Amino acid sequence: MNKIFAVAGVVIKELYRRKDFYVLFVLTALLTLAAGTANFFQDEKIIRYVKDVCLLLIWVSSLVIAIVTTARQIPAEREARTIFPLLAKPVSRGQVIAGKFLGCWLATGIALAVFYFFFAVVASSREHAWPLATYLQAAWMQWCLLAVVIAMVLLGSIYFAAPSSTATISFIVVAGILLVGGHLNSIALQQPEPMQGLLSVIYYCMPHLEWYYLSDFVVYNLGTVPWLKLFAATLYAAAWTGFFLLAAWFGFRRKNLTT
Amino acid sequence: MKASPLLILVALFALVFTLAVDLAPQATGWSQGQKSGNFLSLMFGDGRKLLASQFFTMADVYFHSGYYPSIFDTKSAEEKEIISTSHGRKETEEDEKKEDFLGQPKDWIEAFGRNFKVTKHTHLENGNEREILPWLRLAADLDPQKVDTYTVGAFFLWQHLNRPDQAEVFLREGLRNNPDSPEILFELGRLYHDSSHDAVRARNVWEMGIKKFLQLYVDQPIDFGSVYGRLDNLSPAQKDNQLVFEELAVNLARLEDESGNYGPAIAWFGAAQRVSLDPGSLGKQIDAIKKKISAKQP
Repeated sequence: MNKIFAVAGVVIKELYRRKDFYVLFVLTALLTLAAGTANFFQDEKIIRYVKDVCLLLIWVSSLVIAIVTTARQIPAEREARTIFPLLAKPVSRGQVIAGKFLGCWLATGIALAVFYFFFAVVASSREHAWPLATYLQAAWMQWCLLAVVIAMVLLGSIYFAAPSSTATISFIVVAGILLVGGHLNSIALQQPEPMQGLLSVIYYCMPHLEWYYLSDFVVYNLGTVPWLKLFAATLYAAAWTGFFLLAAWFGFRRKNLTT
Repeated sequence: MKASPLLILVALFALVFTLAVDLAPQATGWSQGQKSGNFLSLMFGDGRKLLASQFFTMADVYFHSGYYPSIFDTKSAEEKEIISTSHGRKETEEDEKKEDFLGQPKDWIEAFGRNFKVTKHTHLENGNEREILPWLRLAADLDPQKVDTYTVGAFFLWQHLNRPDQAEVFLREGLRNNPDSPEILFELGRLYHDSSHDAVRARNVWEMGIKKFLQLYVDQPIDFGSVYGRLDNLSPAQKDNQLVFEELAVNLARLEDESGNYGPAIAWFGAAQRVSLDPGSLGKQIDAIKKKISAKQP
């Protein structure tokens, strides 16, 4: 376990040494503050559009950080040939995968905590309320989603040729699931066979990331999601994360690292 | 001759300073001379109308706190609820049922997923209606010719947020951008009548709305003969929009009734009857005024 944490520690250090997070955070803060300073009909209490804009930026930023950071982990180690001394420590290939995943997940968790703290400060400055439970649920669900995404990208980075292609494909898949995933069953019903069957299979077999988008509950102050359902969704995310990590390990175990 | 870099720098700075001093007043004139100096319209061109429509929809989404059909949900294209609310229409049970676009979940994934999305049909209230205003402001900036934006915005500002001053400013802006809009004139008249209690201005504005709708000469007094004549020959576009005429005529009739001008009141109710879907109820109001007249006569 120590070896996994050691690998994870390196990944976390890499995140705060690189500029990605700082740039995205500053951009999010600037755009949110710019939106917040706009005056609509001289009403100081309007806040929901600012929350909406800020949450959207947080989602985009955290996905960018998670996908870009994860996609380059193993290819970068191979390219710099640091993978060989790492595996000679001795650290098993499974521990490398687990360490990389944990590092990326914790790093995005830290970034998410900073983002949500900023969001809470901005929202409370006008609403004069701290619906902490709602914020915690939203952040937790987003972090769960990022776990699935990170594991999926890690799997992709084993099979795809370059980090850029892994990142691009991952973005398309994640955006596709978030935008269309929940409606795929309705779309399937309107299609003729065999498209209907195919879409239904995809619908049942894909990770339903759209569940983890709790933005509406935060923006419209709708309270909290039942905790038991939240726990079930966490288990679902854990199962998918485990599936992708295991698949990544299978691929990495047989991967020829010299080519 | 070898020029010093410092000298070149100073010379260039002097040049840009001189040009700025010379060109700055002219540049202001350039932007004012353009029909639309708006940054957004310069950015998006005609595509801004699509964006404006999307922002108007966002106002409706916010009004429902996120409970809104997506493009994948089957729901007939109907009037946005912020528009029907601004026309004073109350929701019936039938409407409520129609709004339930989600229906029964098709499978366990959808059923479970509903725990994480908005599934209740609610409307903003208690002053939270203000949250739709940014979207309406943006929609108005992007498409100043979209009349609904002004009427809906003014309605919520006045009726829900008790800010008639801002409502009037917004309607005036709408009127500057759409000088021939009877809808904006109707809302403005309502504001004068119900908020400022200024019957004279309300009458003037509503009569102007009637003239704009029927394309009568705006600088001549209303002549009921020509009003009825025009009503018999409405164009298809006017027929599609005849609700606004009914609203204008009925409100003018009530205003004249309140002012004791029973003749014009009956004439306006009569005009409204010609386009109304429920002429019977207007007929009853005409009878009521006739009773008042006969009661007054010795």
